[in-house]
Amino acid sequence: MFAELQRHAATEGGKKNFAPCLSVSVARGCMLAAVFASTVTFAQTSLNSAQSTPNLGRPISEAEIAAWDISILPDGTGLPAGSGTPEQGAKIFAAKCALCHGPEGKGGTAAAVVGGAPLTNGIDTPKTIANFWPYATTLFDFTRRAMPWQQPRTLTNDEVYALTAYILSLNKIIGPSDTMNAQTLPKVRMPNRDGFVVRFPEKMP
Amino acid sequence: MSSIEVVAGNGLLHRRAFLTRGSAFAAAVTGYALSDTAAAQQIVDQPWSKGRGAAVQGYGTPSPFEKNVVRTLSNPQGEPRTQHGRTPHHLINGTFTPNGLHFVISHSGNPDIDPSQLRLVIHGLVRRPLEFTLDTLHRYPMVSRMTFVECGGNSAPLFSNEPMQADIQAIHGLVSCSEWTGVMLSTLLDEAGIDPKAKWLIAEGADSLALSRSVPITKALDDAMIALYQNGERIMPGNGYPMRLLLPGWEGNMNVKYLRRLKLVEQPAMSYYEARTYAPILPGGKAYQFYFLQEVKSFITHPSPGLRMNGPGFYEISGIAYSANGRIAKVMVSADGGKTWAQAALQAPVLPKAFTRFRAPWRWDGAPVVLQSRAWDEGGNVQPTRAEVIARRGQTSKPLTNPLGFPSQHYNGPTSWRVESTGEVRNAYA
Repeated sequence: MFAELQRHAATEGGKKNFAPCLSVSVARGCMLAAVFASTVTFAQTSLNSAQSTPNLGRPISEAEIAAWDISILPDGTGLPAGSGTPEQGAKIFAAKCALCHGPEGKGGTAAAVVGGAPLTNGIDTPKTIANFWPYATTLFDFTRRAMPWQQPRTLTNDEVYALTAYILSLNKIIGPSDTMNAQTLPKVRMPNRDGFVVRFPEKMP
Repeated sequence: MSSIEVVAGNGLLHRRAFLTRGSAFAAAVTGYALSDTAAAQQIVDQPWSKGRGAAVQGYGTPSPFEKNVVRTLSNPQGEPRTQHGRTPHHLINGTFTPNGLHFVISHSGNPDIDPSQLRLVIHGLVRRPLEFTLDTLHRYPMVSRMTFVECGGNSAPLFSNEPMQADIQAIHGLVSCSEWTGVMLSTLLDEAGIDPKAKWLIAEGADSLALSRSVPITKALDDAMIALYQNGERIMPGNGYPMRLLLPGWEGNMNVKYLRRLKLVEQPAMSYYEARTYAPILPGGKAYQFYFLQEVKSFITHPSPGLRMNGPGFYEISGIAYSANGRIAKVMVSADGGKTWAQAALQAPVLPKAFTRFRAPWRWDGAPVVLQSRAWDEGGNVQPTRAEVIARRGQTSKPLTNPLGFPSQHYNGPTSWRVESTGEVRNAYA
C-alpha cells in the first residue's frame, strides 16, 4: 500500500509540502507518521516512482555513531558495561567534583548533590537529586555527558557508575556498599518518582 | 481631538483612531523618552549635513547613538555557570528580533563550531541511519517560517508574591522572534525510514554539555525544522550556529542548538533538562513534566519599565502577543488596571506561533494609571488572569530579590505597568 502524506510547510494552513513515499518500507514509516501526527491527512495517490526527496544522507552504521551515542533511557537502555561502588565514588568525587560541588557534595559554586527540602516548602524550593529527580539513570546520563563541567566526557564508565553510586548513597537512596551497574541502576527507585503531572497529555506521543 | 472616540477608561482611544484621523493625529503624538528631552532650539544645519559621511562597512553595525540597545548579560565574564542575554523589547519595535539582540541562554558557553566538520546523524529506530553534512543539507528544499522562541523561564519574576522592580528586559527578555529557514525534519526522517516503534526522538547538541531533550515524534513530523538561517543570515553562534532544531512554539530549551544527533526511541530519555530543570513545582509539591507549549501571552513594550513618559498627551500603547497554539486572534488593552478594555489593532501579517505586534492609541492625562494587555489565540485560549495563574501555579512566599532568578517557569498571565504621574513606569500587580 502506498500513501502520500500531507504536511504543514512554511506557513501553517497555507502552502502544503507533499512528501511522497519512495518504497514499501519507507511507506510503512510514513503511514506510522500519519497515525501519530495530529495535522496530517491521507491523500490517495498512484505509485510514485519519481524520487522526490534529495536522499543525500550517507548511510552510516550504528557502530560508526557509537562514540556519540551516549543517551541513557529510564529503563536502562544504553547503559554501558562497567560498575562502581560508593566507596570508589567518594575518592573520585573528592578529586574531580568537590571543587565546585563542595566536600561531600554539600554545595559550593555549583549545586549541592546531597539533601534537599520538601517540595511542599514552595514552588521555588531548590530542586535536588533527593527531592526531585525521578530517575537514577538521569544522574548517570548527565554526569557522563556533561561533567566535570570544564572537562566533560573524560570520566570512564566505571568512574561514572562509582560517582552515581556515591551520590545515591550520600542521599541514602542506596546502601553504602551497593554496586551500581547496568542491571542495578535502573532498579533504583528515586524518592520523587511519582511526583509528576504531565502538563499536556494530549501532546504526548 | 475631542472628536476622537474614547473607548475605555483613562483615555484609551479606538484602535482605528490613527487610521481615521491620519497624519494630523500622528503629529500630535509625543514620544517616550529614556530621559528628559532638551528644550526647543532654533533649527540649524548640523555638522553631519555639511560634509561627506562615513565609509560603508562590510557588515553593518547600528549607529553609535544606539549603543545602549543591547542585551543585558547575567554572566558577562563567562564564569562556569549559565549565561543569559536578554532582549531589550522596550528599545526595539515591529515583530522580528535583530539577530544581535535575540535572547541567548548558554549553559556552557557558545561552542566555536567549524561548519565543514559538523555532522548531523539520525539513528536509533530507523530503517537506515543517515549522516548529513551541512553541504548536503543545503541542497534540500528549504522553507522559511517566522516563529518565536521563548525560554520556559521567561517572565519568571512575575511569580514573585510582590511586584519586583525591574525593567521589561529583566522580566520578559527571554523571548525573541525570527524568520528561520531550513529543512523540514519530516523530510529527513522519511528518508531514514521511521520504525513504527519510535515514539520520541532525543535531540542532542555538539556543545560541551551535549545538551539533550526528548521530543515527541508527532511534533517532529508536524512542523519541526532543521534551521540553518536566522533572519536571512546563518544562525548566530549564541542561537545554535550552524544548525539547530526548531520546534515552533515549544519551550526554548527543546529547540536544541548546535544539533548533531537525533536518536529515535520508544521512551523519553528523562534528560537533566526535562526531568529536572524545566519541570515547574506546583503548590502541594507535585511538579509539571513535559510542559512543551509556550502558551498564549502578551505584554506591553511601550510604555514599560525602562522607558519614561515624556509628559501628558498622546501615546501609542504597543506590545507583542504570541501563542504556541497558532495565530493571535485578539488583544485587549486596559488603562485602568483591568476594569475596562479597548481592543488593540493587530499589525498584519498575523502569523501562527510568531510575534504579533498590537497597537492602541491613548491619551494620557498625566494621572497615575495601570496598563495591562490580554491576548486570545485562534484556538480559543485566553491569557489567564494573574489570580488564575497563581491559584494553579502558586507564587513565592517571600518577594523575589534577584531579577535574574527563576522561582518557577511558564508564566503566561498578564503584565501590569503602573504609570506614575512623574512619568516613571513600574511593575505592578492589578
